[in-house]
Amino acid sequence: MLNSKIPAGPLEDKWMNYKSTCKLVNPANKRKLEIIVVGTGLAGASAAASLGELGYKVKCYCFQDSPRRAHSIAAQGGINASKNYQNDGDSVFRLFYDTIKGGDYRSREGNVHRLAEVSGNIIDQCVAQGVPFAREYGGLLSNRSFGGTLVQRTFYAAGQTGQQLLIGAYQALERQVALGNVKMYNRHEMLDVVMIDGKARGIIVRDLITGKLERHFAHAVLLCSGGYGNVFYLSTNAMGSNVTAAWKAHKKGAYFANPCYTQIHPTCIPVTGDHQSKLTLMSESLRNDGRIWVPLKKGDDRKPTQIPENERDYYLERRYPAYGNLVPRDVASRAAKERCDEGYGVGSSRQAVYLDFATAIHRYGLMEAGKQGIENADADTIIKLGREVVKEKYGNLFDMYEKITGENPYLVPMRIYPAVHYTMGGLWVDYELMTNIPGLYCLGEANFSDHGANRLGASALMQGLADGYFVIPYTIGNYLANEIRTENIPTDHPAFVEAEKAVSDRISRLMNIKGNQSVESFHKRLGKIMWNKCGMARNADGLKEAIGEIRTLREEFWRDLKIPGDINDLNPELDKAGRVADFMELAELICIDALDRNESCGGHFREEYQTPEGEALRRDDQYQYVAAWELQGENKWELHKEELEFEVAKPSQRSYK
Amino acid sequence: MEHYKMNLTLKVWRQKNHQDKGQFVTYQVAGISSEMSFLEMFDVLNENLIEEGKEPIAFDHDCREGICGTCSMYINGRPHGPWQGTTTCQLHMRAFKDGDTIVVEPWRANAFPVVKDLIVDRSAFDRIIQAGGFISVNTGNAVDGNTLPIEKSRADESFAAAACIGCGACVAACKNSSAMLFVSAKVSHLALLPQGEPEKHSRVLNMITHMDKEGFGACSNTGACEAVCPKEISLDNIARLNMEYLGSSLTMDK
Repeated sequence: MLNSKIPAGPLEDKWMNYKSTCKLVNPANKRKLEIIVVGTGLAGASAAASLGELGYKVKCYCFQDSPRRAHSIAAQGGINASKNYQNDGDSVFRLFYDTIKGGDYRSREGNVHRLAEVSGNIIDQCVAQGVPFAREYGGLLSNRSFGGTLVQRTFYAAGQTGQQLLIGAYQALERQVALGNVKMYNRHEMLDVVMIDGKARGIIVRDLITGKLERHFAHAVLLCSGGYGNVFYLSTNAMGSNVTAAWKAHKKGAYFANPCYTQIHPTCIPVTGDHQSKLTLMSESLRNDGRIWVPLKKGDDRKPTQIPENERDYYLERRYPAYGNLVPRDVASRAAKERCDEGYGVGSSRQAVYLDFATAIHRYGLMEAGKQGIENADADTIIKLGREVVKEKYGNLFDMYEKITGENPYLVPMRIYPAVHYTMGGLWVDYELMTNIPGLYCLGEANFSDHGANRLGASALMQGLADGYFVIPYTIGNYLANEIRTENIPTDHPAFVEAEKAVSDRISRLMNIKGNQSVESFHKRLGKIMWNKCGMARNADGLKEAIGEIRTLREEFWRDLKIPGDINDLNPELDKAGRVADFMELAELICIDALDRNESCGGHFREEYQTPEGEALRRDDQYQYVAAWELQGENKWELHKEELEFEVAKPSQRSYK
Repeated sequence: MEHYKMNLTLKVWRQKNHQDKGQFVTYQVAGISSEMSFLEMFDVLNENLIEEGKEPIAFDHDCREGICGTCSMYINGRPHGPWQGTTTCQLHMRAFKDGDTIVVEPWRANAFPVVKDLIVDRSAFDRIIQAGGFISVNTGNAVDGNTLPIEKSRADESFAAAACIGCGACVAACKNSSAMLFVSAKVSHLALLPQGEPEKHSRVLNMITHMDKEGFGACSNTGACEAVCPKEISLDNIARLNMEYLGSSLTMDK
């Protein structure tokens, strides 16, 4: 059955012992072994670069026009590491513990501890690559706080941390391309895994410029293809982000774990209308200084600046005095939804709350006046100085807000609302990041492994880079050491021919529907079902309805879809159609998983299971397991449970009060 | 903020593939909201075209947050359109008014061949990075991140150069199709950091040599690149590159 392969021994020794005892591949053999990496975000680029450096022959694929465009680039706030540079009590154990607790006790202790252990190495590696992290005047690295923690362990580069980390990994990758260790395939999309004798031995890809299908062999295949948030249509993901690579693997037998764990990020710019194509996140780092509130009075139509202090409800500070505005994302999102559902929402749609910087501007202004020796500074001077400090910290985020909304957040509070942002679920992997298919690995957001039911801020970048730089270079050797006698398999092998034909048939089938409705219109409708019935709050009746509606929509999709253009040409509508078709199947599994999990935990909130105060109610006695789903046929899945054991971090109800 | 609706005339470059000559095609779009982004307006137009049984306009886009550098439209004679320091995807329709005519073209440069409609091939940028836009440090070699303090102002300057998103607007704006702003941003980012020091001479020489090889033109310092850069990368980087290049040419045995 499911073997997570967690090494024996005390928690803090597991990874060290593993590294000391895993099998190694000698350099001469590495040159003969081929590895495929799908995706070039933080996980994929770091893995491809590191494996290239080790001497493996790597082939790397991305659907974008350059590996530098992968969506990791849009991560804003930061990356966690337990360096304890701030002397505020941080340690590997605390980062481990915060992550387990933040994930609502639904992740594996062994994986999370390893993540915390290598977190410091990531920062060192990135600095060595020339990642320009924020620094203090003394020249040392700067830190800030993020949600769900009481220490300052987040490293950052203004509001562009993901960009800088990805450029670092991208440059390392391009260096390996130049050295001939990695061959890069831009504008190529993976459309199937090729299996030979039960092992992953290659992939089928489509050249998105010519539409031509290609067969590629490797001794091992790594999927680093990101999350599936776009199943909701509106999310903070990039337009092209998709589940296709992971889903194709699922259809070839890889288990999909915890699909219902989706993260709704509390601070995003609200929806303006039906034309909306995506949502934009405002970094969680803003909650360091911004205060979230709604009017005390329902339907208060006054401008926010006209509502006096005593008529405002700073509901996070009220409900969670210990963490205040820095509660974890799931808690903050639900609290915003609760206020809006009760009729306290703001803005024309009433689906928004305020994120206000006036207090911070005043506080920083006073500090600056003090520093500059301005005595009895007047209010205008204080505000002016305070705005300068806020601009230095968050300038690019404020600019982005203004570009999108046309409002100046230095003058009026931002309006924000939760939006789909990250998916904790993904392909099931063991401690070595291998799926249940031998030779098929999954890294980064695409796997399920480290964040449980809720991811803490600044942990996604950490996990992507941990997997790529510091985990897979060891664990893949343990598999490939047994593959040194496997000769390259020619791609005219029947398994390749058959896989390519199946892909080709499906594309033809899509093109030949010749119906009346566009891909976009179907995707929007799917998103609405998912957001309304499987979004921030879920219940059994709604989920059952959703499953029915998804099936009906899917049937309509395959009957009435309209794709213009040709197969053998650059055809973005066709690319999108394939991805939406996969989302249609995944959506059903998400709902099935959400229905199976009769408890609330992290990002999965079932209305039937809450405490009298409206907090998530976990049911550890029955649901302390990873739900790994095996596809058994159309609309048919079998559940495999991996029981979670907590030897060190004993589960308790999460409290941020 | 007052919101309004508008009707627009769009003149969009259509080109089947690299071999095709291409031409402008005129489209009308109605009821566009001032709250839409420029690309959402294109979504509306494309949905209309699909409905009419025509092929939608191919354009590059992905994050729609102004950071991935994928979007690349030349709008009314200016890369990324009228707003300062803004990518196409972050341009919003309140920049236009009812009755406006908007002309949209792809980036035009020999080193960026048109793939289809508004999509061009910018892989030359990747190859310039391959020529030296990195620090040669294998995974696992790093010392503690705080071993080497870096003066804050220097780190900030390096960061400002590293903010380049590789969109290619600088090339599209330049009358010589030079990639100097792009190359100089990378050279500056790395040369300003002590970690980039050991390779600084070979890096600048190799990157410039490769830039020329890809068919980008020479820099004549008119500053059109800086004016349109969505990340407002400074022309000072080109000055720094020239200095680094001169210094390296004198000291390197090549």
